[in-house]
Amino acid sequence: MRYVDEFREPELISKTADEIRRLAGTERHYRMMEVCGGHTHAIYRFGLKDILPENIELIHGPGCPVCVLPMGRIDDGLAIAHEPDVIFAAFGDMMRVPGTQGSPLEHKARGMDVRIVYSPSDALKLARLNPDKHVMFFAIGFETTAPSTALTMMRAKAEGVRNFSVFCNHVTIIPAIRAILDSPDMRLDAFIGPGHVSTVIGCRPYEWIARNERKPIVVSGFEPLDMLQSIVMLLRQLKAGEAKVENQYKRVVPWEGNRAALRAIAEVFQLRPYFEWRGLGFISQSALRINDKYAEWDAEQRFAVPGIRVTDPKAAQCGEVLKGVLKPHQCKLFGRECTPEHPIGALMVSSEGSCAAYHNYEYRKAAMVSLSSIA
Amino acid sequence: MAHGAGGKASRKLVEGLFAPLLFGAAPGPLGDAAQVDIDGTKVAITTDSFVVKPLTFPGGSIGELAVNGTVNDLAVSGARAEALVVSYVLEAGLPTQVLEAEVRAMAKAARDAGVRIAAGDTKVVEHGKADQMYVTTTGIGRLLHGVTIDPRSVRVGDRILLSGPIGDHGITILLARGELDLEADLRSDTRSVLPLVEALIRAAGPGIRWMRDPTRGGAATSLNELARDCGLGMVLFEDQIPVRDTVRGACELLGLDPLHIANEGQFLAVVSPEYADAAINALSLAPGGGEAQVIGEVREQPAGTVLVTTLYGGSRIVDMLVGDPLPRIC
Repeated sequence: MRYVDEFREPELISKTADEIRRLAGTERHYRMMEVCGGHTHAIYRFGLKDILPENIELIHGPGCPVCVLPMGRIDDGLAIAHEPDVIFAAFGDMMRVPGTQGSPLEHKARGMDVRIVYSPSDALKLARLNPDKHVMFFAIGFETTAPSTALTMMRAKAEGVRNFSVFCNHVTIIPAIRAILDSPDMRLDAFIGPGHVSTVIGCRPYEWIARNERKPIVVSGFEPLDMLQSIVMLLRQLKAGEAKVENQYKRVVPWEGNRAALRAIAEVFQLRPYFEWRGLGFISQSALRINDKYAEWDAEQRFAVPGIRVTDPKAAQCGEVLKGVLKPHQCKLFGRECTPEHPIGALMVSSEGSCAAYHNYEYRKAAMVSLSSIA
Repeated sequence: MAHGAGGKASRKLVEGLFAPLLFGAAPGPLGDAAQVDIDGTKVAITTDSFVVKPLTFPGGSIGELAVNGTVNDLAVSGARAEALVVSYVLEAGLPTQVLEAEVRAMAKAARDAGVRIAAGDTKVVEHGKADQMYVTTTGIGRLLHGVTIDPRSVRVGDRILLSGPIGDHGITILLARGELDLEADLRSDTRSVLPLVEALIRAAGPGIRWMRDPTRGGAATSLNELARDCGLGMVLFEDQIPVRDTVRGACELLGLDPLHIANEGQFLAVVSPEYADAAINALSLAPGGGEAQVIGEVREQPAGTVLVTTLYGGSRIVDMLVGDPLPRIC
C-alpha cells in the first residue's frame, strides 16, 4: 500500500533504530513527549518501545481530544440531546466516553437518538434529511478537525439550514503545551510535535518552545519510520546542544500551515477566555467558541446549557497521567476499577488515550516480562 | 448493545448468565457447536441468529449468511451439516419480493453447501418493532471422523493457520451501509468452509487441535478465547496475516484493526507442528484455499494472551474487541 508500506520497511526501521541507539549512547536519560494521541496510539500499535533503547523514555502528552474533555461537557451535550426531537451526532471517538449518567452509546440504548457520523458535513446531511428534528453535532478536536466544523457551519448558514447546531468543544494545542511546560513537576528534554494539527497551523506556532524554553521539537508523521526518524532528529539536536523546530512530516505539513483552513477557523470561531481541561484545569485562551455571526448555529446559545461541572473521582489520576507525571499503570485505578469495558476516565476509552493504548497493547506484556524475570 | 458485537461483552453474557443457568455446572470451554448423545449416537448441534444491515451487500445477503454461518459453525466443530431448521422474524410491511429473494438465496446456499432445510417457522411483528427481517438457523451435523476439537489439547509449538484473507465481510458491510463516503472493490467472503475443513482433516486430521470461524469480534477475539481456554500465548507474525490491500486501506483510514473485523467464510485452525506443512498444502490445493497461511504459533508466554509481532522486532497485545469497532476520526 502506497504511503504506508514504505514507512514500515523492516530493514530501514532496523537501521534507524541502530542510529538511535548509537546517538543515545548510555550516559544519560532522554525524556521526550509525544504531544499527539495519534502518536501514542502508533507507539503501542507498532510496538516501538520494544525497539527503542531503555534510556529513551516517551511521555504521553495531552493531544487526545476526548481525553482532555471534562465530564461536565459530555453531560451538557447529553442534556441538550434530552430536549424533544433532538438528534445527538458525534464521531465514533465520543461514543463510549462516560458522562455522569453513562456514555452516548448507553444513552442510545435507553432510547436517545444518537448517531455516529464520520464528518461534520454528515451531521448537516442528517439535518437536511430530518427537517422535523434538530441535529446537534457534538464537535471535538484540536485544530485538526476545527476547519471541517467551520466549513460545515458556513455551509449551514449559506444554505439556511436552521435545524442544525454545533456544541463546540474544539481546543487549541499551543496553550496545552504551555501548561505542560509551566507545570513544576514536569521535566522534559524534547517534543515530538503533532502531525495532523500541524497540517493546519504549520510549524511557526512552535517556535517559542525552541527559542524561549530551549526544547527541540520535531513535527512528526505517524508511521513507525516517521517516528523513529523524528527521534533521530531530536537526538541530533540534543547532542549538538541545539533547540529548533524541525519538520519531519514534510510530505503532509507545510511550514506555514493551511491558510484556507485557518481562514475558515477565523470566520466561525473566536477564542474562549478560558476553558476547563480534564486533568490540566482551567487554561486561558485554550479553546474555541462560535462567534456571534454564527450564533444561530451555536448549541450553547440556542439551548439552555446546564453548565455542569463534575469533579473526577478522587482516586483517579487522569491529570497526572495526562501531564506525563505518572505512567498509566501507576494510577491506582488502572486495570482494576478502570478498564476499557468500564472506563472511569476518557484516557481509558479512546484508542488514542494512553491508558487504553497501554491497557490494550502493553501492560500484560510488562507483566510477562516481570514474571519471566522472577522465574 | 455491546453484548451483541461478539467481543468481551458477549462472552461475559454467555459465561455469566446463559451457561450457568442453562447448561448446568462447568460446561467446559465454549465451542461453536455442542455434541448431543442420542441413544449412543453423537450428533453436533448449533444455532445462530442473523441480524444484518443492509440485508444485501456485495457478495451476499442475510439468507446466504444464515445458511453458511450455521454450516460453518458445525464444520469448525468437526461436523458436516445434515439438516437446518430456519425461523424468520419479519417486520410487517416487508416487501414480499425482498423476502422471496432471501428465501431463494437460502435455498441456493443450502444446495451449494449440500445441506437440507428440513423445517421452518415464521413470525410477523408490528412495523417498527423489528428491522426488516431476522433469520435464525439451527443445524444438526454428523461428526466427521479423524478429528477431535478441544482447546485444552493445544500445546506449545503448535502452528496457527488461517484459511485466507481476513476482514472482507466486516469492511464490506461497513461500506455497504453507505454512511462513509468510501467505495472499494470488495465483496463479503460468505461461503461454506466445509470443503476446506474436509480437505484439512483428510491431510492433517490427527494433528488438528482446534478450529473456529472468526465471525463477529474477528480473528483476535477467537484467538483470545482460545488463549484463555488453553492458558497459553498465541503469537502472530503480522507480515504473515493475509489481508487484502482494500481492507488494510479502509482499516488504516478508520483506525480499525483487521484482526477485529468480522469474517463469514474463513476459519482458524491450530495444528501440531509436524502436520503444519501437510495442512497448508492441502488447503492451498483445495478450491478457495489458495491464500491459506501459517500466521503464528502457540507459545508458553504471554499466557492467556494474543501477541502480534512485527518483522522489525516490535510487538503488541491484541485484546478481544470491546463493543462494536468504532471508526476513529479526530
